[in-house]
Amino acid sequence: MSEEKNDLIDVQINGEWHSFPKGTRMIEACRQVGVEVPHYCYHPKLTSPGNCRMCLVEMGMPPRPRPGDDPPEPDETGHLPISWIPRPAIACANTIAPNMGIRTESEMTEECREGVMELLLANHPLDCPICDQAGECSLQEFSVEHGKGESRFREQKVKKPKNVDVGPRIRLDDERCIMCSRCIRFTDEIADDPVLGFTDRGSHTVLTVYPGRELANNYSLNTVDICPVGALTSNDFRFQMRVWFMKETKTIDVNCATGANITVFARENKIYRITPRQNNDVNSDWMPDSHRLNFHWIESDARLTDPLVRDGDKHRLATWQEAIATTADKLAGLDGSEIAVIASARMTNEELLMTSRLVKHLGAGHVDVVPREGENDGYLIAADRNPNTNGVMLVLGLENPGSQLEAIKDGIAQGRIKALLCLQENLVEDAGFGSELLSKLDFFLTSYPLANPTADIADVVLPGACWAEKTGTMVNVTGRLQRLNKAVDGPGQTLEAWEIIRDLIQATGGGNGIYSATDIFKQLAAEVPEFADLSWGQIGDLGIPLIETGETIPLLEREKERIEKGLIVG
Amino acid sequence: MSLDVPSELEKEIDERVTHYPVSKRSAVLPVLHALQHHYGFINEEAVEWTAAKLDLEPIKVLEVVTFYPGFRQSAPGKFHIRVCRTLSCAMAGSYELMESLCDKAGIDRSGVTHHNPIAVSPDGKFSIEFAECLASCGTGPVCLVNDDFHEAVSDVDGLLSHYQ
Repeated sequence: MSEEKNDLIDVQINGEWHSFPKGTRMIEACRQVGVEVPHYCYHPKLTSPGNCRMCLVEMGMPPRPRPGDDPPEPDETGHLPISWIPRPAIACANTIAPNMGIRTESEMTEECREGVMELLLANHPLDCPICDQAGECSLQEFSVEHGKGESRFREQKVKKPKNVDVGPRIRLDDERCIMCSRCIRFTDEIADDPVLGFTDRGSHTVLTVYPGRELANNYSLNTVDICPVGALTSNDFRFQMRVWFMKETKTIDVNCATGANITVFARENKIYRITPRQNNDVNSDWMPDSHRLNFHWIESDARLTDPLVRDGDKHRLATWQEAIATTADKLAGLDGSEIAVIASARMTNEELLMTSRLVKHLGAGHVDVVPREGENDGYLIAADRNPNTNGVMLVLGLENPGSQLEAIKDGIAQGRIKALLCLQENLVEDAGFGSELLSKLDFFLTSYPLANPTADIADVVLPGACWAEKTGTMVNVTGRLQRLNKAVDGPGQTLEAWEIIRDLIQATGGGNGIYSATDIFKQLAAEVPEFADLSWGQIGDLGIPLIETGETIPLLEREKERIEKGLIVG
Repeated sequence: MSLDVPSELEKEIDERVTHYPVSKRSAVLPVLHALQHHYGFINEEAVEWTAAKLDLEPIKVLEVVTFYPGFRQSAPGKFHIRVCRTLSCAMAGSYELMESLCDKAGIDRSGVTHHNPIAVSPDGKFSIEFAECLASCGTGPVCLVNDDFHEAVSDVDGLLSHYQ
């Protein structure tokens, strides 16, 4: 047997020897070398009760000699022979030991899996055709791989509650539940809202929400994600779309500065659902319900689809050329000090770089963004509800975002500021600009995804793409640079803000030569010191640390503690 | 609503909890036993009182209460009868005894299920359930009425007339 080097332990998996750090769970050791161990109850971010038994494997250890017998001899590779234990072991809750053997493809393992599958399916309804989980159901998948073609169960299936309203966003089908208890552990360990439990344990075990309580915390929909079957379904998504029809786009959430990594599921340009995407440096495996469900407005009738220009007291449709030319005309006679630009901390770094170009090009005397402060919820939601305030500071060079807004208001009130370009913000509703104040401006341009009271007053209204319709990068609360990827096309004539700004710069006599957000990123890398030498590809799906902000994400800190205590794998 | 637990009982419960220094959760069973012994059954207030006493979420206590058919979730009668149905008693006629007791006491057992094993007479005087072995296999059929043990029961009228 080879000596432990750097706390590495040799384990034989399906006949081949590998080394793993001490304390690795058997299931994780297998995963690390590409050997799948099917499982339901095990989740690396939750404790392991070992109750589903799906991860049973055959395990062996070196034989222990009887007193007086010679100890076993190592073979030429330095490993001891393995004596296989006649009973299977669960791979999820057991850690590896030196010279351990694991067989995941043996007859015994196969038999165990078949047996577990048969028992799980004995009472499971065969309603896959109407079940939302179909296509991403572990039970369905493992049934194909490890199940029997037909059931030997001839008795009556157990009847349990169906269509149970367990909370405002979730519905439970107890007959589909396989009692893995992931949801119970999630609400207990992560969401600190333990309202779920198993009652009437036995042949009629039911997942229950405590009478009079409901599963209503702002992280409740994560239970739907981790439910391996279709027992917990999202009220928002159920019966809307089969999962295999949807296109998945890896992107990030923009509802707060955390920038939770997400997957957007869309079909034919319509978003159907958003799920968290694992990133252990940002959001672990989770995301808040409030952020996850904040996408229906993207399809709203209030979306702006075409540029509009003021015609008397109304707006009329215009082409982009006309809207941009009108703007250039209006700005032509003005001095830079008479122009203010209000950008948005919801913009990407690329859009902010273009904004800074525009500001410089126009010599605009005032520039700021609209801050959005809320409360840190102690889990994943950052106090800063803008996704890219750090980007604003780095790229637009604002030291104290939001501090100039009052000065801009004063400037407009006193007539010093004559033109205002509002990029991707809603000044009336989100920044306290009065309609009367904005009416004093000689020229007011606004771009935004939705029609709003700010647009009502504007001379030129431009349809700007929303977060799901654009590509770019943002810097989150911890200083991590992350990529936003376009999931759907914007409606009508919508353009991404960087395109709008590029056209404005060009129309007012500036340069061009930019054709994509990645082009701008190259310029960012060349111009902004923090981005030096970075490439688009380098950022990857999980982002990279860009700056040190000293901020932490409370939920991640607690998970780190649990990993250190060995409660979870992480 | 909260449970009004007499101080004597609470003192006894507190003492029982001290037997489980590592995890108060382990004291769920003894606490529930004490409460059921005093009140006759475990209702929602008792679940919540237990949870608060042991710093648990109520669902954790409800899980235990619903697991054991021995914990009654609704009020039994003034006299609670347990009829043994394990092999010896079953062969000696415990099912007939059950039928006869229900008949005389006017108890309808049609609503009885595994998790709701108790049926109560309309006047609330008697309640009945099957029990597993009461450790008197030579003298079946046997039954318990509250804490009194009755062997080789044949005179059902006589038995019930003891308890009025």
